[in-house]
Amino acid sequence: MSWNKKHLLDIESLTVDEIVTVLDTARAFKAVGERAIKKVPALRGKTVVNLFIEPSTRTRISFELAAQRLTADIVNFSADASSFKKGETLKDTARNLEALNADFIIIRHSASGAPHFLSRVVKASIINAGDGAHEHPTQALLDAFTIREHKEKIAGLNITILGDILYSRVARSNIWALTKLGAKVTLCGPSTLVPKTFEQMGCRVTHNVDDAIRDADIIHLLRIQHERQRKTMFPGIGEYTSLFGLNKARLAKTKPDALIMHPGPINRGVEIDSEIADCDRSLILEQVTNGLAVRMAVLFLLNGGKGPQGVAGN
Amino acid sequence: MPETTIILDTTAIQRALTRIAHEIAERNEISEEVVLVGIPTGGDHLAARLSKILSGIWNHAVPVGILDVNMHRDDLDQRAAPTIHPTVIPFDVTGKTVVLVDDVLFSGRTTRAAMDALNDFGRPKKIQLAVLIDRGHRELPVRADFVGKNVPTAITEKVRVRLDIPGQPDEVVLEK
Repeated sequence: MSWNKKHLLDIESLTVDEIVTVLDTARAFKAVGERAIKKVPALRGKTVVNLFIEPSTRTRISFELAAQRLTADIVNFSADASSFKKGETLKDTARNLEALNADFIIIRHSASGAPHFLSRVVKASIINAGDGAHEHPTQALLDAFTIREHKEKIAGLNITILGDILYSRVARSNIWALTKLGAKVTLCGPSTLVPKTFEQMGCRVTHNVDDAIRDADIIHLLRIQHERQRKTMFPGIGEYTSLFGLNKARLAKTKPDALIMHPGPINRGVEIDSEIADCDRSLILEQVTNGLAVRMAVLFLLNGGKGPQGVAGN
Repeated sequence: MPETTIILDTTAIQRALTRIAHEIAERNEISEEVVLVGIPTGGDHLAARLSKILSGIWNHAVPVGILDVNMHRDDLDQRAAPTIHPTVIPFDVTGKTVVLVDDVLFSGRTTRAAMDALNDFGRPKKIQLAVLIDRGHRELPVRADFVGKNVPTAITEKVRVRLDIPGQPDEVVLEK
C-alpha cells in the first residue's frame, strides 16, 4: 500500500502497487455508500472544482457526489456558461480558480494533455476526468474495481474491449490498467477503428467479433464516438451493429460466466441489444455505483500530504 | 536495531484481558446491551478476545464490530494517506453500551475520531473505552475506562503491540 502522488493524470504512469492501493481504498468507500449516513469528514474544508470543458453528465455528477460525501465543497464550471466563450485561456481560467484557493481541479477537456499542462501551472491537485482520446483514468480504475469484485482477481483473465478503440480514452486507460494488472487484453472492432498498432500496448488485435469474445471473461463494450470521428471510418451504424453489435446469438457463443461492461452512455440497439444491457450478466449499473467509490478513494488519497503514512495509535 | 523492552508477554496480555473483561462485566449490569467495537489494527484482535472471555462470564454471545477511524482523522492532509481497513459493524449501536477497544492510548486523537465515526452508525446509550496500554501524552481530554497497563513513556519512544502474528508470541514491547 503506497500513495505519494499529488495528481491523477493518467494510468500509464501509475505502478501496479498504486493501482491496487486505489482499488483497496475504494472498497472501504463503497461500504460508506451503503450506510444510512453516507458521508465522512475526510475532506472537510477542502474546495473541489469540476472544470468540465467538454460535456459530461455521469462523470461530473459522480465526482460531485464523491466530493460531497467526503464533506468537501464543490463548484461546477462548464464550458457553455463560462469565460471560455469570452476568449479566456485554460491557464488563465485555472489560475483564477487557484486564486479562489481550490484544492482540487477535476478537468475534462477535448485536448489530450490538458490536465498535465494544468498540473504544471497551478498548485492544486489535478484529476484527469478525460482528456481527448488520451486517458480517462478514473473510468479504468472503476472498471478494474468492478472486475475484481466479480472475478476476485484480474491477473490471467481474458478481457475483450469491443468497439471504437482508436478514439477512446476509456480504451487506452483500460489497456494500461488491465495489462499492468496481468490480464490478457483483446481489442476488436472495425479495422479502421482498431488498428494493429495497438499490439504495441501488449494487446491482441482482431477484427472478428466471434473470435474476440469466445474465451472472454469480460466483454467490455465501447460506444461509437460520433463526436470524434470523421464520417468515413465505417460505412454506417447498421453495418456496425450487424458486424460488431453484442446480441443474443453472439452472447450464446461466449463462456456462460462472461460478464458485460460498458462505460455509458449506452446506445441501445447499436453496440448492445437492449435486453442484454438489462440482463443479469450486465455490470453496467454497478460500474456507476463503483465509480463513486473509486472517485472518493482517489480524492482521499490525493488529499494525503507528504511524509510517512499516517497510522492510528503511535 | 532500536533498544526494546518487553512490557507485556503472552501470559500478561491474557491476564490483563481477563481482568478488563471482569471490570466490563462489573460496570455493566445489563449484559445484553454491551457490544465491543475494536479499532484496527490491534484493537480488532483485542475486541475478539474480550468477547470470548465476556461470553464465558455472561453465558451469552457478545457482539463484536470493527471500526476503521481513518476517514475521521484530523491530520489527513498532513501525512501520506493512511491504509483503510474494512469497517464491519453487524449490529445496530443505537441504545447499546459500546465498548471501544484499542491497543494503545496515546494522544487521544484516535479515540476522538472513533467516537465521531461511531456516531454515523447510530446513537449509542453509552460509549466506554478499553485499552491494553495507556502510555500517556494526551492531547485531548480523553480517559480510558478500562486499562491493561499504564506505561510511562518518553514521547519519542514507540509502543508495539504484536498479536496473532503466525509463529510469533503475543507481546507488547517498548522501543527506545
